Amino acid sequence: MNEIAPRKNLSRSKLSRRGFLVAAAGGAVMFGFLKPEAALATATPSAVFEPTIWYSIDTDGIVTVSIAKAEMGQHVGTALARIVADELETDWSKVRLDYVDSDPKWGVMVTGGSWSVNHSFLLLSEAGAAGRIALIEAGAKLLHTDPANCSAQNGAVISEGRRITYGDIVARAPPTRAFTDDELSTLPIKTVGDRRLIGHDTRALDIPDKTDGKAVYGIDAELPGMVFARPKIPPTRNGSKVISIDDSAAKAVPGYLSSLALDDPSDTVPGWVMVLATSYPAAIRAADLVTVNWAPGPTAGVSERDIQNHAVALIAAPGGALLVDDPGLHAAFSNAASTLERTYTTSSVLHFQLEPLNALAVETGGVFEIHTGNQWQSLILPVLATALGVGQDKIVLRSYLLGGGFGRRLNGDYTVPAALAAKASKKPVKMICTRADDARFDSIRSPSVQTLRMAFDAGGRVTAMAHSACAGWPTLVMAPAAMPKAPNGVAYDPFAIAGADHWYDVGAQRVRAVTNDLANTTFRPGWLRSVGPGWTNWALESFIDEAAHHAGADPVAFRAAMLNGQGRNAGTAPNAIGGALRQANVVKLAAAQAGWGRKMPADTGLGIATSFGQERDMPTWVACVAQVAVNRQTGLVTLQKLTLVVDAGTIIHPDGALAQVQGAALWGVSMALHEGTEIAAGQVADTNLDTYTPLRMGDVPELVISFVNSTEFPTGLGEPATTVVGPAIGNAIFAATGARLRHLPIRPTDILAALAPPS
Amino acid sequence: MTSFLLNGVAVSPVSPEDTPLLWVVRDELGLKGTKFGCGIGECGACTVHVNGRAQRSCITPVGAVAGASITTIEGLDPAGQHPLQKAWIAAQAPQCGYCQSGQIMQAATLLKDFPDPSPADISAVMGGNLCRCMAYVRIRAAILLAATFSRQAAAHE
Repeated sequence: MNEIAPRKNLSRSKLSRRGFLVAAAGGAVMFGFLKPEAALATATPSAVFEPTIWYSIDTDGIVTVSIAKAEMGQHVGTALARIVADELETDWSKVRLDYVDSDPKWGVMVTGGSWSVNHSFLLLSEAGAAGRIALIEAGAKLLHTDPANCSAQNGAVISEGRRITYGDIVARAPPTRAFTDDELSTLPIKTVGDRRLIGHDTRALDIPDKTDGKAVYGIDAELPGMVFARPKIPPTRNGSKVISIDDSAAKAVPGYLSSLALDDPSDTVPGWVMVLATSYPAAIRAADLVTVNWAPGPTAGVSERDIQNHAVALIAAPGGALLVDDPGLHAAFSNAASTLERTYTTSSVLHFQLEPLNALAVETGGVFEIHTGNQWQSLILPVLATALGVGQDKIVLRSYLLGGGFGRRLNGDYTVPAALAAKASKKPVKMICTRADDARFDSIRSPSVQTLRMAFDAGGRVTAMAHSACAGWPTLVMAPAAMPKAPNGVAYDPFAIAGADHWYDVGAQRVRAVTNDLANTTFRPGWLRSVGPGWTNWALESFIDEAAHHAGADPVAFRAAMLNGQGRNAGTAPNAIGGALRQANVVKLAAAQAGWGRKMPADTGLGIATSFGQERDMPTWVACVAQVAVNRQTGLVTLQKLTLVVDAGTIIHPDGALAQVQGAALWGVSMALHEGTEIAAGQVADTNLDTYTPLRMGDVPELVISFVNSTEFPTGLGEPATTVVGPAIGNAIFAATGARLRHLPIRPTDILAALAPPS
Repeated sequence: MTSFLLNGVAVSPVSPEDTPLLWVVRDELGLKGTKFGCGIGECGACTVHVNGRAQRSCITPVGAVAGASITTIEGLDPAGQHPLQKAWIAAQAPQCGYCQSGQIMQAATLLKDFPDPSPADISAVMGGNLCRCMAYVRIRAAILLAATFSRQAAAHE
């Protein structure tokens, strides 16, 4: 594959009219993009340009890179800083990270979707290149030579054997320079062979503090005079009302202060009561003793079975968003030599990020400060503004490390009760959820029901395919304005159907997304690592396996043949160059590495599954082969080995990338074989590790992970490897025993039932 | 009031004796490296050493450690250079990092009992420590590396 695609092929919509400014400021030089409305040719920089600052260099040559993304285990700061530093030609040992607080100057603040590197790559590359050029020009003056005679290398400008460091340039004659957008887009960006940092390994900058207790998470934030709060979570997520509070027993707890029914104009936490105390253990104890009489919302009796039965009915009825609706579908099914229809289901899943939800809020001089880790500041700021009755300019989210995100902290609802309690009590309030509070307040991964149909001609060739998926829709509930419309005019949650719009050539295709209103009202559906593909790819890749067997074809060959890169699956620049052929490539590579086709011992099998990651416009191509052994007496599965091949284009930080794939794959294992819950009486049934049982060290399989050596545009890595594992395991169980599993998680009882001869 | 040694320093926190040691260490004594995860002793994020052995501080009442010597992640090595800490960095083990204080404290007890641990020893002893990022492959590698460091150090003594 070629070097980085020419930039004229790249979408510049997100970057348009963003000139770049280099300006001296207080002993340092700042490098930032201009606000779109700023007129480049007029006025002095600081007064009018108000640059949004992405990095600065001080007189010691220390480069401080602003990180507007949440650091939650993906080492995102290191990856983003490597992009800047490579183009800037700085000395990596002088790079520091600054995880910034919320501010409009950062634009949309969101960390999710495995987007960070992909969305930042061009921007930060150009920022680095602009800085390098400005420093070369300034350095050339100091060296009394022409910039054409100079180059930048490892934090210094060099010319004919003479050298001046960036720090000295900043100290002696700091550069001031503006670049128009046109200039930025033609800056000389490094070719692959010139890169010193991107693609080369390094140690993540956030790791040392995570080995000696110095790392500061949201839960560690403190303010003078703060009080602690533990919530009383109402019986339903929506619609609960407080009728009365009895705190007479709690008054015996030393340190107990008061119980506060929240008045929430944003309706984020209806029916919440905050139990305040002078210490957190006192708040825990007091909350146990406070009795709240609620009028619960209408979903108090809803079970997982109700939600799933509702989904089955919704799928059977007309309606929903048709993302893909090819002509000829009905004809293909009518004329089919054979058809296959299967239904797949998945259970509710908890985020269970290890740091329980927490937030410390304080009002100072009319400004609310919220201290917490968060993944989508831009989503929760307007909600906080409504809740508090102040403008967004009166709210600041202070940044902290996240003790796990996995999408839970995309939904910043947990900031609202802390802020409301701080406003009402006129004190800094630190709310911490106990683990059970956290689970009951989780924005879970919705349970799902999906029905897939396929039509075949007499030769076993696929002529049509239809995929209907019904689940709770997080984007509908929390960010409805962000929902696109399908060609049939129905708005839909792209994150709840992504994955069903696959890259296989299946002839006439239909992809239908149906929202489950009972799910949407019973709980607040969440974005959980991989979101929709967590269920769509379970159904799709299990079904493709069933289809291969139906057609009498080998599952690897069947997939590879349909990943032909034809028509809409040809792929487009910049992210998807090569299209489905790159997915076929990882499928073949994973199969070869895993020894696909070899004879396996009894009750042992190999299963394959593949994914394009999250969204079609930013595909990360992944394939996985699972090797399992099944005990027919107990139904227990031993996952022996996972072989994964990943093509994510250019890899910025290889060891960080590997860590992400390791973690994502093991999340896939955990959700396939170890964890899962259900809704019972309107709430999740499992609220702590006594019954909720994520993967532990002893059950980790052998992992063999490799990356395709690629110079294509970088895509994303946090999620894609998650969704191949479940179907690969299910398909391996089928290969080992003939038992076909159609529900996640896979439990021994399900396997025993599938193995039992029909009665 | 309960008196004990915290990282070698005598302390006498005033929290009631039934207060979990976790919150006394974190909030009254101000050492935040020990983490709250599950509150029922099942995740291991709160692991500290009580008289040299790993214990879950979230279910240990502070009154129960009167006179004991408590070590937290901050006190494992004065310079943060314990073989486990060096190995954790070399193996690039942490992701979000939230569980890692507990993992390291538990691993210290593991290596005390099993200086040359087998894979089964590691699985058994570390099975009570949840890593939600699922950094298990690297935690295991880091433990083996630390065991190597410790043996090398012993050989040089």
